[in-house]
Amino acid sequence: MKYKVIVRVVLKPSVLDPQGAAIERALTAMGNKGIDSVRVGKIIEIVLEGPDEKTVFDKVNIWSDELLANPNMETYSLIVEPIA
Amino acid sequence: MTFKTAVIVFPGSNCDQDCVRSWQTVTGLKADLVWHKESKIDNYDLIILPGGFSYGDYLRTGAIARFSPVMAEVIRLAYKGHLVIGICNGFQILTEAHLLPGALLRNRYLKYICKDIYLRVENAKTAFTGGYHRGDVLRIPISHGEGNYNVSSHGLKELQDHDLIVFRYCTPDGTVGADIAPNGSMDSIAGIINKAGNVLGLMPHPERVSEDELGGTDGRSVWTSILSTLQKRGVA
Repeated sequence: MKYKVIVRVVLKPSVLDPQGAAIERALTAMGNKGIDSVRVGKIIEIVLEGPDEKTVFDKVNIWSDELLANPNMETYSLIVEPIA
Repeated sequence: MTFKTAVIVFPGSNCDQDCVRSWQTVTGLKADLVWHKESKIDNYDLIILPGGFSYGDYLRTGAIARFSPVMAEVIRLAYKGHLVIGICNGFQILTEAHLLPGALLRNRYLKYICKDIYLRVENAKTAFTGGYHRGDVLRIPISHGEGNYNVSSHGLKELQDHDLIVFRYCTPDGTVGADIAPNGSMDSIAGIINKAGNVLGLMPHPERVSEDELGGTDGRSVWTSILSTLQKRGVA
């Protein structure tokens, strides 16, 4: 069975995000109102073979800790989707 | 007595030759260039992780280099107490490899900064800074887009309490304070050492100011300090 795992990596709320702040200023400069905050992160899509969703999730979870995100400054979340 | 020095070369390293040259010119000793694919390396007394853009800084600076085969050897030797110094991208790799705490984030104003800055020596008792005095002000270039040092509040306290902050950004007269760090680093941190005292990481480039002909010699004492540490240890 093939799965697509979407790994969403974002800076921890406590970490200043200068890119997000720059985008927020630009959006405001465009005349948009009411923006509370803008944060920039990464989406990493991995397509892989696996026996079931749980096994795939656990595997990519480990990869995320080891490489895809830096727990010092980032958090991540995973979405696992079977590919028909 | 001779000591064995390695400068590790990752794809995208660009300060490797500068490190070889300044080490050799200042100490008169040779340094080997070691390709990152090596999975077994000699017991080098000193390992230099040079600056550059290993793996194009993909994912995060230093994140992919950390998994190069040679890094297992660097970690092995670091745990044995051998000296390891990471400069700029080398510092970023050391944090990704968990040999040093914290992380280097995008500079506060998003700008790549390449210019001379001033550094204050905060700890002159390390294996890498014995030739300086505490409070010395050095003029040394930085050249990075991700030098904004960040660590948890617990981690910061640990660095402060154990005197592990070796260099701080400062003004020409040695003042340290908020907004003086050009990149937004926490507590103006420019360089730190591990608790064991054998792994140093710093963003500024001492290898670029180790010879008069190249515009300065304020970085030279990093190399002479290391040499005198190795001589005292008597490793051959």
